[in-house]
Amino acid sequence: MRKTKKVLSLALASAMALSLAACGGGNAGDTTTAAPAETTTAAAAETESAAEESEAPAESEDGFNLAVCLASEPQSIDPALNSAVDGAIMINHLFEGLTKWVDDGKGNAILAPGQAESFEKAENEDGTVTYNFKLRDGIKWSDGKDVTAADFEYSWKRLANPDTAADYCYMIDMVKGYAEVADGSADPDTLAVKAIDDKTLEVVLTYDCPYFEEIVAFPATFPVRQDMTEGNDEWTYDVATYVGNGPYKMKEWSHNAYIEVEKNENYYDYANLGPDTIRFTLLDDENAMLAAYKSGELDFIENLPMDELPNYLASGELDISDYLGTYYVCFNTEDEVFKDPKIRKAFSLVIDRNYIVDNVSQAGEVPATGFVPAGVNDAAGPGHDDFRTVGGEYYSVDEADYEANCEEARALLAEAGYPGGEGFPTVEYLYNTADNHKKIGEALQNMWQEQLGVTVTLNNQDWNVFLENRKQGHYQIARNGWIADYNDPCTFLDMWYTDGGNNDAQYSNPDYDAQIDAAKATSVAEERMKAFHAAEDILIKDDNVLAPIYFYTQPNMLADDISGMYYTPLGYFFFGYTSRN
Amino acid sequence: MSKYFAKRIGMALVTIFLVTCLTFLLMNAVPGSPWLSEKSPSEATLAALNAKYGLDKPVHIQLMKYLGNLLKGDFGVSLKMQKNRAVTSIIAEMFPVSARIGALALTWAVLVGVPLGCLAAFKRGKFTDSVLRVICTLGISMPSFVVASVLLVAFAGGLAVLKIFPTIFDPALGWRSYVLPCFSLGFYPMCYTARQTRSAMLDSLNQEYIKTARAKGLKNVKIIFKHALRNALIPVITYLGPQVAFTLCGGFVVESVFSIPGLGRYFVQSIQNRDYPVIMGTTIFLATFIILMNVVVDLLYKVADPRINLTKGGE
Repeated sequence: MRKTKKVLSLALASAMALSLAACGGGNAGDTTTAAPAETTTAAAAETESAAEESEAPAESEDGFNLAVCLASEPQSIDPALNSAVDGAIMINHLFEGLTKWVDDGKGNAILAPGQAESFEKAENEDGTVTYNFKLRDGIKWSDGKDVTAADFEYSWKRLANPDTAADYCYMIDMVKGYAEVADGSADPDTLAVKAIDDKTLEVVLTYDCPYFEEIVAFPATFPVRQDMTEGNDEWTYDVATYVGNGPYKMKEWSHNAYIEVEKNENYYDYANLGPDTIRFTLLDDENAMLAAYKSGELDFIENLPMDELPNYLASGELDISDYLGTYYVCFNTEDEVFKDPKIRKAFSLVIDRNYIVDNVSQAGEVPATGFVPAGVNDAAGPGHDDFRTVGGEYYSVDEADYEANCEEARALLAEAGYPGGEGFPTVEYLYNTADNHKKIGEALQNMWQEQLGVTVTLNNQDWNVFLENRKQGHYQIARNGWIADYNDPCTFLDMWYTDGGNNDAQYSNPDYDAQIDAAKATSVAEERMKAFHAAEDILIKDDNVLAPIYFYTQPNMLADDISGMYYTPLGYFFFGYTSRN
Repeated sequence: MSKYFAKRIGMALVTIFLVTCLTFLLMNAVPGSPWLSEKSPSEATLAALNAKYGLDKPVHIQLMKYLGNLLKGDFGVSLKMQKNRAVTSIIAEMFPVSARIGALALTWAVLVGVPLGCLAAFKRGKFTDSVLRVICTLGISMPSFVVASVLLVAFAGGLAVLKIFPTIFDPALGWRSYVLPCFSLGFYPMCYTARQTRSAMLDSLNQEYIKTARAKGLKNVKIIFKHALRNALIPVITYLGPQVAFTLCGGFVVESVFSIPGLGRYFVQSIQNRDYPVIMGTTIFLATFIILMNVVVDLLYKVADPRINLTKGGE
């Protein structure tokens, strides 16, 4: 008897294990069952069809359950506090702003009326602009209460309030009174957002902001419920308090595993929604994402291991979508060596952007010919020549011109006092520790050394340390990247304003600042764009503060049997109207 | 015995206090902040964030405040990874996941490793011993991410026929989710335990009292499991103590490969993210757990060998 007791005591942990393991159990529904095809176009979504689709048979266990993977656990899914694209995609499914993104029928998102069915815009005598939003009838929160204009008023004031400490508070900086509220000198109640009655929201802007209708489709401006959020910092973590007004509502959040959302029966367009549930699987390893996609556990992924990209691109399984963003190299303009624009220009000219795109990054990126990427609207608006087309190329990225570019670069370096790279000090290229940045860094190092005869060392740092050093200007050359918040050159150009929060180049030029000021002061689209073009000319052509490398693309893989997904070049994918064939 | 416990608990508290202070200071000395990202928030927002979470005060004041809160059982809230969520609820949710996998892994490691070790010792120099030696050497020299990746490729989608297990860990799928992670996590301890048991067992088998037992005509099974194993267990227990703590708190690599929402992976990510309260919470939790397991090991010594006197001669 004693013997068995002793042997068992050895496995003390083992005994415990069995009791713990017993808590498993449960059965998950099969995700591969087909649903009755419900093709939903934007047009159908718009007209609130009274025509009843025959309800999907009985339980959603056999319904259409979509599984997608965007990224790992979101840092916050509070619309005001979220600052990430993956969080924004989820919030887009769980909440809805005054306007919303709908499918144009070809997979591209276009703006359409959301919670507001219409709005009136009037210019006032003092140059301010008043928007009157008329809310749609029958809009409800996921718990059945009505959405009112007061909800929007509360949410916008909450966003601007410095106590909320929202990263994206500046998205509504065009609203009258914002500046005073943001710096704490005025009460948030002074913000010019007012609920006239339950159905009417009045917003006064300091100027006629051309992208304002897009701003009200931006997650930070989505309404939240005062009774759920106030005094409860953890409201997003409880299904009971996480009340939204979007097409889907939170069903379950298993932290670091998945967020599952289901159709919101209180949503006005409920009848046309596609998947019964959407599961946002939360993974942080790209290999795991790919493995799960290949094994059929995921229907959609947007991150792949870098080494796998070319294969999937070649086989046609991988789609490449436009993405408003630029990968670039920034020079520290306060550095002893790189304060000379000629040297910066020489370093920029010898970068063989085609080589990097074709042989290093390999995700179908576009060689950058300027800082503002292709696809950003110019004065004429969407569907016309974009900002890049109007602004033109600052240097040729034609492969045939590469040698000439290098010649020019060598001449510039000689002019700067370093003919053939002679006497040029060893400089350092800084990047954050990651495979793709390392490969690009090595390619750049090679080009600079081969073409200019200078010595460049590579240094990589942990993400957080890297950000700190880049922000403080403790570097010579650093990798950088910028993704648009909204479709307007302003999002790319106002960051280089003297002492701007993201001005990592420590750049300061009064002429540049003057152009940005001019652009922000005018409501005339042509003048505004002229100023932005002039600003970009100074930034890239004259001062060469940055060396743009490529315009980002968004790779993604969607299972063959899924259709109806649409996308904005801001990186937002929409799954609410997909169907399985 | 009670005096011994009082001393152990006192030492444990001092250790935890030191770990807390040291971690807090080191963590603050590392460059970076939880608020940084590719798009930095504005100065005003940064100031508001620092004020809201008390990061605007000098480090020693922050530490005092943290220790004060700790006494009240308040571990603070996550600053970044799960913004505004209480650290205690994060640990309470993630630890059981790690613990369940770790416990299952160690269970099979011990239940298989110890008998295999005995078998190898008993069949020393024979074919069985050689086969076991090859397996154990393989297990000890192969890092767990290799084992995990090989298993993942082989049984979770590499070949359609062999797709038995899911690639993403999902407790809703029941036991199938546990097989691969538990196997990979337990493989190394199993091999190690088997080798330890084998060599300790060989030692014991040569002792006089075993010869006496043989001379008395006892059966092999009885000699091995009743007499020899007991002596051979001491080194195994010594190894298993800290191993239990580490394994139950999460194998970082295995959790990453199988996307398991466990504490081990989270701990590493919290450091990369500079999520100060999460770093503190997980560190203190881990330290406490390891100290606790060391006490348990000491007690197990006594069970395995009653001649061991805990009160004398320190460790």
